[in-house]
Amino acid sequence: MTKRILGLAAASMLTIGTAQAQISDDVVKIGVLSDMSGLYSDLAGQGSVIAAQMAVKDFGGTVAGKPIQIVSADHLNKADVGSAIARQWIDQDKVDAIVDVPTSSVALAVQDITKERGKVFLISGAGSSDLTNKACSPTGVHWTYDTYALAQGTGGALVAQGGNSWFFITADYAFGHSLENDATAVIKSFGGKVLGSANVPLNTADFSSYLLQAQTSKAKIIGLANAGGDTINSIKQAAEFGITSGGQSLAGLLVFISDVHSLGLKVAQGLVLTESFYWDQTDETRAWAKRFSAEAKKVPTMVQAGVYGAVTHYLKAIDAAKTDDGKTVVARMKETPINDFMTKNGKIREDGRVIRDMYLFQVKAPGESKGEYDYYKQLAVIPGDVAARPLSASECPLVKKG
Amino acid sequence: MFGIPIQALFGQLLLGLINGAFYAMLSLGLAVIFGLLGIANFTHGALYMMGAFCAWFLLNLFGIGYWPSLILAPIIVGLFGILLERVFLRWIRNIDHLYGLMLTLGLAQIIEGVFRDQYGSSGKPYAIPAELTGGYNLGFMFLPTYRAWVIVLSMIVCFGTWFLIERTKLGAYLRAATENPVLVQAFGINVPRLVTLTYGFGVALAALAGVMAAPIYQVSPLMGTNILIVVIAVVVIGGMGSILGSIITGFSLGLIEGLTKVFWPEASSTVIFVIMAIVLLVKPSGLFGRAS
Repeated sequence: MTKRILGLAAASMLTIGTAQAQISDDVVKIGVLSDMSGLYSDLAGQGSVIAAQMAVKDFGGTVAGKPIQIVSADHLNKADVGSAIARQWIDQDKVDAIVDVPTSSVALAVQDITKERGKVFLISGAGSSDLTNKACSPTGVHWTYDTYALAQGTGGALVAQGGNSWFFITADYAFGHSLENDATAVIKSFGGKVLGSANVPLNTADFSSYLLQAQTSKAKIIGLANAGGDTINSIKQAAEFGITSGGQSLAGLLVFISDVHSLGLKVAQGLVLTESFYWDQTDETRAWAKRFSAEAKKVPTMVQAGVYGAVTHYLKAIDAAKTDDGKTVVARMKETPINDFMTKNGKIREDGRVIRDMYLFQVKAPGESKGEYDYYKQLAVIPGDVAARPLSASECPLVKKG
Repeated sequence: MFGIPIQALFGQLLLGLINGAFYAMLSLGLAVIFGLLGIANFTHGALYMMGAFCAWFLLNLFGIGYWPSLILAPIIVGLFGILLERVFLRWIRNIDHLYGLMLTLGLAQIIEGVFRDQYGSSGKPYAIPAELTGGYNLGFMFLPTYRAWVIVLSMIVCFGTWFLIERTKLGAYLRAATENPVLVQAFGINVPRLVTLTYGFGVALAALAGVMAAPIYQVSPLMGTNILIVVIAVVVIGGMGSILGSIITGFSLGLIEGLTKVFWPEASSTVIFVIMAIVLLVKPSGLFGRAS
């Protein structure tokens, strides 16, 4: 008897649940999966967690009447560690969306897992353009930047200035290879050529050997297809070995403001780089960055700003769709244009790529900088459709070709 | 040769030797500590990092430049090492090596975590001292003056340490104290103090390497972990506790790694461990180690 009453009560609660909003487990759980301790932890890491928390707080802490919860973990830049966490989050801890994931090799693994289980994946930290090409997913959104955009921006600008022969120093994993391939395509399309490359293991301290190889190649441009601590050490040691005074130029294909801050303007000045966000662009970006800095004690990178935007857009879609079902929410996200402090009139394409303007910046000389973190001057805007691989060239199965 | 101009190869060998200089200095400190105290000191990487940070603090907080830091930082970090020895390590000296490994590894994680929390992972810039900027054009390569200095200084330090331990009376006491501490104590020598000072000296060597590394790499909380694993492999290849072995192995593995960076860059982070595996198979006590 008691069992039947309990059963009835449970059944009635279930129906009440469905009558309101379909939020699984009565909570929207967002997992920030990032590099919390390694070479990418300054450009993403704890700052990404803070950005996600800010987004939740600004949204009011609840969505469709249910609380929003943030969890976070360190994937150590290892695909196996990242996969294990993602599986545990989704299968046992009922996480609805995974956010950030710098390190493309980890992001590609997480993309597979979220795709298989129909959970949302909001990519901010990873760069490989494969994430919306061969490896695209109906529930994956590539928010902040990708290697195609970097290649178009920095690569295109330098080739246009006459840098038509290149040597690559490439981080030997998914992101580095993707960046080198995308940049090579741009260089070749402008009639330039690539003279050679060295695939360097991730997390290398001494780049002098590779810089010397690049020097011997006589290439006009030495392209750094790496990121974070690796980029910092390559740029610093290139200065030591007199690369630029020898007539060769250095192209950091992915340079974050945290890298410039760490190098100091004296070493970093003159670098041309592509980003989707700089704190000192508009009143809105300044206001947001100020709030971020108050908590994080440093200015936000584009990855961290992207996490805020992506989480906000995700929550809005849940609110509108009244469900946290992955496919439904992402479909709703794709229908809605993106407008926030960082992104104006952005949209998510069918392959999951966010179409946004990118900006070509140059690092200021120490004399030009008026204060701490006054690092960039804007050279050009790269329109969203130029910065993204055209759908006609897409290998993503989600893209219907007419 | 193999499609690479012989001149370029010279340059690569020289760079390998410079990296080898850091391996040699760090593995030397490890070897001294292991040989005389029997502790596999996994905090060595963290202490190397502290040496670099100490130089950075001295410069940015007190305006003390590179040259005084070369002396001051090893002393300061060496004193910290002595504190570690007094508070933690002395209690585990006579038990299984595994405990020492766990304890020092744990301490390293804590030290590194504190620095990462405070200073982030990207690191802080440290400029090359004005006297050592610029470089020489050797014809086959551009050799930055600072790197030349690193090689000269590290060779002096390595030779000096070897001489001190193998050829002086103090060194003889040390070696005797490791063989038979009770007997040496009976001769009126304060063995525990000797051991503490030896540990401090090994730590100071790591800190000196850290100061020397500061202008080349970023002063970063992660710099110790990145290099420690390689250095442990160097010590294992050279023979645990062998002073001369660690010096020669340090420099030669730098050379081998340098060549790998030219011919097969992808394998450059692996080659040392392949060599370690081979050496362990053929001569388990290491190239210069004595079978115990």
